Amino acid sequence: MIYLEHYLFLAAIIFTIGVLGIFLNKKNVIIILMSIELILLSVNINLISFSVFLNDISGQIFAMLTLTVAAAEAAIGLAILVVFYRNLGSIEVNKINKLKG
Amino acid sequence: MYLYSITFYIFSLVAVLSALMVISARNPVHSVLFLILSFVNASGLFVLLGAEFLAMILVVVYVGAVAVLFLFVVMMLDINFVKLREGFLQYLPFGALLGIVLIIELGILFLTKSFSKNSLSQFVQSPQINEVENTKLIGQVLYTDYFYLFQISGLILLVAMVGSITLTLRDRGQVKRQNISSQNFIDAKNAIEKKKIKLGEGI
Amino acid sequence: MAQLIVFLPLIGFLFCFFLGKKFNFKVSQILSTSLLFLSAILSWILFFSYIGERETQIIHIFNWFTSGNFIVDWSIRLDSLTTTMFVVVCSVSACVHLYSIGYMSDDPSKERFMGYLSLFTFFMLMLVSSNNLLQMFFGWEGVGLASYLLIGFWYHKPSANNAAIKAFLVNRVGDFGYALGIAGVFYIFGSIEFNVIFDNAENFKDHTIHFIGLNFSTIDLLCFLLFIGAMGKSAQLGLHTWLPDAMEGPTPVSALIHAATMVTAGVFLVARMSPLFEYALVTNLFITFIGASTAIFAASIALTQNDIKRVIAYSTCSQLGYMFFAAGLGAYNASIFHLMTHGFFKALLFLSAGSVIHAMHHEQDMRKMGGLFKKIPFTGSMMWIGSLAIIGFPYFSGYYSKESILENAYYSSSSMATFAYIIGILTALLTAFYSWRLLFMTFHGETRSDLKTYDHAHESPLVMTIPLILLAFGSIFAGILFSNFYIGKLQYSFWGDSIILHDGKHYYLPFIQTLIVKSSVAIGVMLAALIYFYRNHLSKNLAHNLDPLYSISYNKWYVDELYHSIFIRPYFYLANLFWKKGDEKIIDGYGPNGISKVVSISSGYLSRFQSGYLYHYAFAMLGGLVIILTWFIYY
Repeated sequence: MIYLEHYLFLAAIIFTIGVLGIFLNKKNVIIILMSIELILLSVNINLISFSVFLNDISGQIFAMLTLTVAAAEAAIGLAILVVFYRNLGSIEVNKINKLKG
Repeated sequence: MYLYSITFYIFSLVAVLSALMVISARNPVHSVLFLILSFVNASGLFVLLGAEFLAMILVVVYVGAVAVLFLFVVMMLDINFVKLREGFLQYLPFGALLGIVLIIELGILFLTKSFSKNSLSQFVQSPQINEVENTKLIGQVLYTDYFYLFQISGLILLVAMVGSITLTLRDRGQVKRQNISSQNFIDAKNAIEKKKIKLGEGI
Repeated sequence: MAQLIVFLPLIGFLFCFFLGKKFNFKVSQILSTSLLFLSAILSWILFFSYIGERETQIIHIFNWFTSGNFIVDWSIRLDSLTTTMFVVVCSVSACVHLYSIGYMSDDPSKERFMGYLSLFTFFMLMLVSSNNLLQMFFGWEGVGLASYLLIGFWYHKPSANNAAIKAFLVNRVGDFGYALGIAGVFYIFGSIEFNVIFDNAENFKDHTIHFIGLNFSTIDLLCFLLFIGAMGKSAQLGLHTWLPDAMEGPTPVSALIHAATMVTAGVFLVARMSPLFEYALVTNLFITFIGASTAIFAASIALTQNDIKRVIAYSTCSQLGYMFFAAGLGAYNASIFHLMTHGFFKALLFLSAGSVIHAMHHEQDMRKMGGLFKKIPFTGSMMWIGSLAIIGFPYFSGYYSKESILENAYYSSSSMATFAYIIGILTALLTAFYSWRLLFMTFHGETRSDLKTYDHAHESPLVMTIPLILLAFGSIFAGILFSNFYIGKLQYSFWGDSIILHDGKHYYLPFIQTLIVKSSVAIGVMLAALIYFYRNHLSKNLAHNLDPLYSISYNKWYVDELYHSIFIRPYFYLANLFWKKGDEKIIDGYGPNGISKVVSISSGYLSRFQSGYLYHYAFAMLGGLVIILTWFIYY
């Protein structure tokens, strides 16, 4: 029997993997962006499973909207990455420390 | 009954494994491909839940657009991926520990409390979702109650597009183009400049 | 008319101080001097018109402030005491103004000087014409201020600045007593107006008051506190240390302030409050004692000083002692009369000394003078006139006033009287001695100055000699003309209600006493002549043989050093302690400096968090998330 908790737990696992991905990689900024997509995916899973559970369609509407925003954000993130690559010549995470205080 | 559970477990296992591979693959192209796999499996999960419209949208938008975009960028940037493996193991113990802690806590949160008496599979057969199709249901609500949000999301996409173009557009100066407005504003007096030149010499 | 007298100098000050620089300096000089002369003429007219008048007139100007029962007005009290003081202050001030035109002719800030002189005159006139204690205090403080400004007139000299501060601080000690006295008067009488005080003084004659744990007779305590103020202002023993140092100021300043007017403010206070002081029996004894002691103390120091101005300064101090001990015995009229004559001849002496200094190109040391009579005979004769007046040569002004004081001392029934009388005679001897010492060292004998200065010595210009003549006139004739009014047969009709008078009969001393007095003066003159004129080497021998006495006298009885070790050194130590440890370490350390140091150190630590690496930040976020989650679960 699959209850709501299973879906939530799955979403939690994917979420954790996404978060780990953000700081465990030292090599590639693109991995960070992809981890963000994973996080958003887990959020979507959560939303839709709740929508089905509560019998309310607005969960799916909201999931669609987050999809939109995720797409937009991926586009801009990649644009920034491209510009960054142009200026710095590499996309190593270690080189991104301009905010060093 | 069991089909439902087995399908669920297969899809979720593959999704988790491919997520793990996303962050630990050596080749960035492999990372993107694993991301695509993860998305497809999630889409399958959505179908299982009965939200088929969103499942298809996930495939079309995420896989078809966003992941392809990722692929473009990965291939465009000249990445030397041999050198990029260093430093991974440095943070791994502590990071993994933190991750495991997080998962355990979320697990405690979700698994010890029972949200419902009935299994979710029963909801798939619930009257409301079965009476009207998923797509039609979404359509009924999206253009009426959530109209403003719909428009705003369109605007967000517009802004994202404009933003990306602004960020990455650069004028290399090698492409010859017409500047219509300056062409229109030529003054007859300034169009031609006379110069006295000696024979044999250039300008 | 009285308002004009008081306020004309104020106009002079305001013009000179604020507009003086805009015009030629001559404008401020002439304007202020003429205003002062106008005031002086008006004061003489007022004086003569008041001779027959017995009533005290009060001219109300306006109300200063009212605070509950404490009502203070600006008003002018006109009686014989006021008119006398007006005459003295205005005449001497006018002469000094005229003299300064010549004396300060090569000084760059003439306007400031004239302005300050007029300011001082204004404050002094406010002081003497006030009708309540607070207005008098206003004048009191004002003359202290003007004295500070004028002593430190040449502010580029550090010694002048120090002297000015010293004068102000020592005065302040006296003012503290004065202020306590004012508060006490208000507490007891409910008002500080003189009419109220004088009318009710008799009612409180047996009243006692509890103060700092002891019981005192009220009037005694109040008068004692007021007298402390007078001690500070008039440089009596204990608070006298500022007067000799005040000679750092220009000579006209010394003539005006430290001879004729400011230092007499203390005597004036005692005379003005005479209805109150009548009942303060213990304080009167104290006043007499202090006055007599000061007289001989200052005279003993004047014997050995070498600076011409300092000799005259100590002479002033000594004569003030005379005035005070007369006041202490109840002879207020004699005291005021001596104040008047002293004003004339002391100002004359100072201004003549100024002429000498001017002639000798600012040389003030008497050891470098001598034989000047041939070069500046006019100044010399002026100085002779002044000295004759001060020792009480018959028929000069000083004769009448001094004799009157000694008579009162002889016939008084007070227990201090005999002491005062003997001291008075001894002081007269010393006075004669040092006055003639000054004359001989400066004007007679062989010159000890270098020949160039000696050759250049010349008589002062007319602006400086006319005031000398005017003052000499006062020194010679003031006694003959006015003694009847002050101390003689007409005193009741002259004084009226202004001060308390005792037996009006003009006692004469028994013949023996007169002989003793006159012979002591003569002995003084002859000794001076012997040591300084006939046998010059005697002075050095005496100084050598009587070395301990000589050094005590020369070093001003070491009072300055005593004060330095008792008060000043501990005070500086304490101030230094508070500065270094208290202010710097504690207040600054825990306050601004300490906090800023803590801030900069801690921000140095905290800035290490800004590594700039994205994954550090993400890691921190994750950690925070875990913590929050944990808290949620176990909440």
